[in-house]
Amino acid sequence: MAEEIVFCTGGGCTAKLGPAALARMLEKLEKPKVRDENLIIGYDSSDDAAVYRISDDTAIVQTLDFFPPMVEDPYLFGQIAAANALSDVYAMGGDVKTALNIVCFPEQMDLNILGKILQGGNEKVQEAGGTLAGGHSIQDTGVKYGLSVMGTVHPDRIFANNGCQEGDVLLLTKPLGVGIICTAGRIGEASDEAMEGAVQSMIRLNRRASEIVREYRVHGCTDVTGFGFLGHLKEMLGDSFSAVIDSEKIPRLPMSLEYAGEFYLTAAAQRNRNHLGDFVEFQGVSFEMEELLFDPQTSGGLLISLPEEDAKAAAAKMEAEGICCGIVGRITREETQKILVKA
Amino acid sequence: MIKQIDARGKACPLPVIEAKRALEASPEGAKVEVLVDNEIAVQNLCKMAAQKQYQADSEKVQDGCYLVEIWKNGNNSEETVENGSGKDKETEDQEPMPEQAAAPSTGHGLVVVLSSDEMGQKDPVLGKLLMKSFVYALTEQRQLPETILLYNGGALLSCEGSDCLEDLRRLEEQGVKILTCGTCLNHYGKSEQLAVGSVTNMYEIVEVLTEAGRVVRP
Repeated sequence: MAEEIVFCTGGGCTAKLGPAALARMLEKLEKPKVRDENLIIGYDSSDDAAVYRISDDTAIVQTLDFFPPMVEDPYLFGQIAAANALSDVYAMGGDVKTALNIVCFPEQMDLNILGKILQGGNEKVQEAGGTLAGGHSIQDTGVKYGLSVMGTVHPDRIFANNGCQEGDVLLLTKPLGVGIICTAGRIGEASDEAMEGAVQSMIRLNRRASEIVREYRVHGCTDVTGFGFLGHLKEMLGDSFSAVIDSEKIPRLPMSLEYAGEFYLTAAAQRNRNHLGDFVEFQGVSFEMEELLFDPQTSGGLLISLPEEDAKAAAAKMEAEGICCGIVGRITREETQKILVKA
Repeated sequence: MIKQIDARGKACPLPVIEAKRALEASPEGAKVEVLVDNEIAVQNLCKMAAQKQYQADSEKVQDGCYLVEIWKNGNNSEETVENGSGKDKETEDQEPMPEQAAAPSTGHGLVVVLSSDEMGQKDPVLGKLLMKSFVYALTEQRQLPETILLYNGGALLSCEGSDCLEDLRRLEEQGVKILTCGTCLNHYGKSEQLAVGSVTNMYEIVEVLTEAGRVVRP
């Protein structure tokens, strides 16, 4: 029976830490003796971005993200990884300025593949209005790619990720379902149209969505990634708010519900479901829709909490620019905090 | 009619897809048994069964091995539980799954530390021989250790060419965790030669030792 088990012999396994172990180690790191008042985001949160004020009207946003490929085409993978990394700046309400490549690549692999990845990444950085200024590459057993991104934002206009207010509505700026469709694709069960829809959504920058909502009263903003729509919504609600979601209004990729019904399900979605547990109550919602709401997203959209009239105006502008978005729910206050999802 | 699928070592969604295809191809009343290596896969299989209104039952056979049984219709005589009555609920009912009542049991917090490839001092030839018999004798115990930690010279015991390999593999098959120090493997240039169990680091070694019920060092 042992032959099924792959013996790990290298650094990968020794280096791998579960989230609990990671949290224990992060706790042990010594905090700086003197708190730097200019570090606006980064002290208390486990955010993957830091925001630092350098003058009264400018703060810099610093962020990084990289991961292994989820699509076969290296050029598209480069675009997706870059769009995903750039999104952290947009979720803070910032503008992209510079980016550095992060590359892990096997020595014996065809360098043209790396060329395609970097080309895809570079095009996205340029589309973001930034400059690719350098990077760092190391040999590794598997391909990984991403960016370290620097952007700027006015210190008074940073989007908080948990500043939502009672009565706000929730605006989601990309359709859900890329996790389910890529999973179907990996086992050869996704149609070309479905894959194309997922890829187009993943390579789309959150730049315009972020720029459009800056014209309105944004109370909270985050980008929807690995924890799925419900996981990121829960983070946004903080310790005090609840939400009611209208699942009919959730924008979704073509075939995503059908593939969920075929059980092209990831382990990550189930972990998201376990993590949320009782916090979510479904009322007459189909199994497929439940799965969609737990589906981990790569390069997902922004989830924004703002007053209803602002959301309607912003959504109209986004739709006019071809952004697939939807007003999907409302912030409430309940005795027991929860997310209620209605059919 | 029973179909068996060994989906250990396969990532989601493959265990679920293979089980679903086998069930679809089976006549009513058929049973499909799926072996998987993690609990999330068990949950995904139970979720699929609940959706299809098949009865399902799961049990933990040993660490890293779970058996999920799915019946294609509800009219079988065997006693079944956990038939996916609530797809939301079952994920929260994370009761520890019952251990199979196999003859030798692991557990009770027993940890065996092998920090040398020899048992005792003075004659290295005798020391190595004693260590080999010690590991063999371990396999014969009614109560097996939960974990065997191998570090410093002990790390050589789990590498290719070691006399103890067969016995360590037998222990692993019975659910004993075999953990070898990665720093030690590197030090002896044996990183590529580990042949049983997995690599560990000092954080896990400390955790295993501080949480152990009893620690035995030959």
